[in-house]
Amino acid sequence: MNNLLAVTETILLFTTIISLIGISISLLLLLYRIITGPTNADRAVALDSIGMNLMGVAALMAILVVTTKFNDVILLIGILLFIGTIAVAKYLEKGVIIDRNMD
Amino acid sequence: MLYIVLIPLLLSCIIPFISKIKHKLHTGLFVFLIPTVIFIYFIRFVGTEFEPVRQSYNWIPSLGINFDFYLDGLSLLFALLISGIGALVVLYSIYYLDKGERLGHFYVYLLMFMSAMLGVVLSDNIFVLYTFWELTSISSFLLIGYWHFKEKSRYGALKSMLITIFGGLSMFGGFILLSVMTGTTSIQVMIQNAEVIMNSPYMPLALGFMLIGAFTKSAQFPFHIWLPDAMEAPTPVSAYLHSATMVKAGLFLVARFSPIFADYEWFFIIVSVAGIVTLCWGSYMAVHQTDLKAILAFSTISQLGMIMAMLGFGTEAAAFAAVFHILCHATFKGSLFMVAGIVDHETGTRDIRKLGGLMTFMPMSAALALFGTFSMAGIPLPFLNGFYSKEMFFQSTLDLPAGANVVATFLVDIIPYLAVFGSIFTFVYSLYFLFGTFAGKKQVDQLPKHPHEAPIGMLLSPFILVLGVILIGLFPNAFNGTFIAHAAEAVAGSAVVENIKFWHGLSPAFQMSLAVVAIGTILVSTRRKWSKVYTFVPGGRSINNIYDAIISKLDSWSRRITTFYMTGSLRLYMAIILSTIMLVTLSFMLVTDGFTINSNDLAPVRLTEIAVVLVIIAAAIGTIFARQNLAAILIVGVVGYGVSLLFVIYRAPDLALTQLVVETVSVALFLLCFYHLPNLRNKKDSTGTRLTNGIVSIGFGTLMTLIGISAHSSDWFGTISDYFLKTSHSLGGGDNVVNVILVDMRGLDTLFEITVLGIAALAIYSLIKIKIKKGTK
Repeated sequence: MNNLLAVTETILLFTTIISLIGISISLLLLLYRIITGPTNADRAVALDSIGMNLMGVAALMAILVVTTKFNDVILLIGILLFIGTIAVAKYLEKGVIIDRNMD
Repeated sequence: MLYIVLIPLLLSCIIPFISKIKHKLHTGLFVFLIPTVIFIYFIRFVGTEFEPVRQSYNWIPSLGINFDFYLDGLSLLFALLISGIGALVVLYSIYYLDKGERLGHFYVYLLMFMSAMLGVVLSDNIFVLYTFWELTSISSFLLIGYWHFKEKSRYGALKSMLITIFGGLSMFGGFILLSVMTGTTSIQVMIQNAEVIMNSPYMPLALGFMLIGAFTKSAQFPFHIWLPDAMEAPTPVSAYLHSATMVKAGLFLVARFSPIFADYEWFFIIVSVAGIVTLCWGSYMAVHQTDLKAILAFSTISQLGMIMAMLGFGTEAAAFAAVFHILCHATFKGSLFMVAGIVDHETGTRDIRKLGGLMTFMPMSAALALFGTFSMAGIPLPFLNGFYSKEMFFQSTLDLPAGANVVATFLVDIIPYLAVFGSIFTFVYSLYFLFGTFAGKKQVDQLPKHPHEAPIGMLLSPFILVLGVILIGLFPNAFNGTFIAHAAEAVAGSAVVENIKFWHGLSPAFQMSLAVVAIGTILVSTRRKWSKVYTFVPGGRSINNIYDAIISKLDSWSRRITTFYMTGSLRLYMAIILSTIMLVTLSFMLVTDGFTINSNDLAPVRLTEIAVVLVIIAAAIGTIFARQNLAAILIVGVVGYGVSLLFVIYRAPDLALTQLVVETVSVALFLLCFYHLPNLRNKKDSTGTRLTNGIVSIGFGTLMTLIGISAHSSDWFGTISDYFLKTSHSLGGGDNVVNVILVDMRGLDTLFEITVLGIAALAIYSLIKIKIKKGTK
């Protein structure tokens, strides 16, 4: 039983590290897109994806350091990403974020 | 004595009210009483058994600054001159100044000056002396600029102000050094401890600073240039300030301190050379002038130089002669200024080329001028005081003690010749002044007014002064023991016994006088032939030009320096600020050998961290090269999110939360702003600008990195965070240590952070609202 637990822990550790490496590569590729990205829409999408990767990193870190304190962070990133992406999208679409006249 | 000094200042407060009724009663009539009372107060001290009087009133005892008054022979001489001539000048001004003038202003300034001057000569405390000294400069400035609607008055006032204040500040420096050296602020105590000052290494500095003050005030070469321009003042002011009293303040200072420095041979060299050069230059230049008052101004300069030279000689006979000549000069120069004022007043011009032959129109003035000029020239007649002092001057130049070094020896040899040279020109300009105005052919048609004799009240003051010239001339020994000997004693530091005699026999000094008269007469009669010499010396080179150049160049240079770096470009200011920080910090770190790199307590680096940091670096570099505003904002967003990720990795969930929210809000704000802004990213800077920007930013970044590493490597003290971790629950009642610190342990910081945010919000709100209001207008 103990043995099984240790094996599971090892597997978990390896999985987490592999996932982190994967996310890191994904981050770098997204970075390439955000820097070169021919249009700003590309960049906006890339930034959104980076945010999602951040959620992943936060979750993986929580597993690694065995804590629940980062759960708030994960949820917050989700909300902010949504808001941020909407803002950028609206900006790209209409040029303003907050409409002055709501008629 | 405090009240005597301050009476003029206090009474000047009520002058404006009295001047309201000036059309019924000339304000000067009231003012006349003040110097008269002071004169009567001081004349009581004159006598053979005079002993110095000392009085003290507290002012700022903790700093050793008190109204310490010390009345010895020298102060008494000056106090009598100030009050006596002051009274005569006020009397003269009653007739000179019309009731339509702003009399209130005039007499307030004059009384202010009188107080200041009495304070200068009576103060024993050097700092009180300095206070009164500056008050004389200020009141002189106001008086010179009395007719402020004239351009030349303002120029003259500014010039005299700049030069005398420059000297005054320098003198203040000397005073501070002296008081530090001796530990006292009393001049008399300093004189008693003269050897402390003489042995101090700072003595030459103190002496030099003080002499600059004395030379600027007493119009010594090359600081004499303000005096001729000060002649734009009303004539009573010129007679009072710029011949009898204020310009002698420098002489007073040198005389007052000469018991300390008299044995120092550079004192002899500097003061004598300054005096002799001023004597020669002033008298030489006086012959060249065409304005009566300018002649008298240069004459004053030259006579002051003569007195200064005698003070420099340092012998007892020279000290006596100097003090005697201060008295003589005040009498005859005061009267000559008043005569010049009368001529100006009655003919409408002071230009000597337009004047001439006024003897028949103004016999009284001509007679007064005759005595004044002959006394000034030193013509050997037994009723002119100028001759006695000039004779003593010659005698003292011949009796100089042998010099100790080469310069002093050379000076001892050459000074008698220079003295004779200066006196010859003194003779020339005196007669030029007299004959140019009152003799020669009449040019009545050239004058603005028809000349006629002045009213008797106007002639009264110069008459009294000329009476003084003659009385001193006839009975010199009556003034000697009771008065002048006491003053000379204060200068020389020991009792001086001198006899003033008219006939010395055919002494060398008398031969020098005869030579002056003989050569002078020849020069006067041939003046037109040799006056071309002035086109060579000084020609176009004058010290005035240097002064004007300094003033205008200072202006243009400082403007050029300011416009050089104050270009209005924020980029440049930023570069200057950062480079300065860089330079100062770098040199400080290098000097103190502050850079250390220590890798003992570094934590292991993990792969995730490397990846995140690489992303941040790449995004930061990408921001610099982004072409569009929106692209730059989005890439910066990556940096922000990267940083929050670092917070996550380093286990700071609160920071990560805040960082994420703030980052998102800032991105949104950037989007709001940039919509209204032009796309600055397309602006191309020149290569030079980009290069400097690059150097500055890379340099600054490197420096900060190095400092960060050094700060981490030199960890001298342990952290205090253990305390917070231990007591967070027990003291603060919370498990979130960050939040307990924010609201419990360091709650005050949080309060003010909240305030900052509140202010920022209010500021943004008002900025937007104000802009809208302006738009609707």
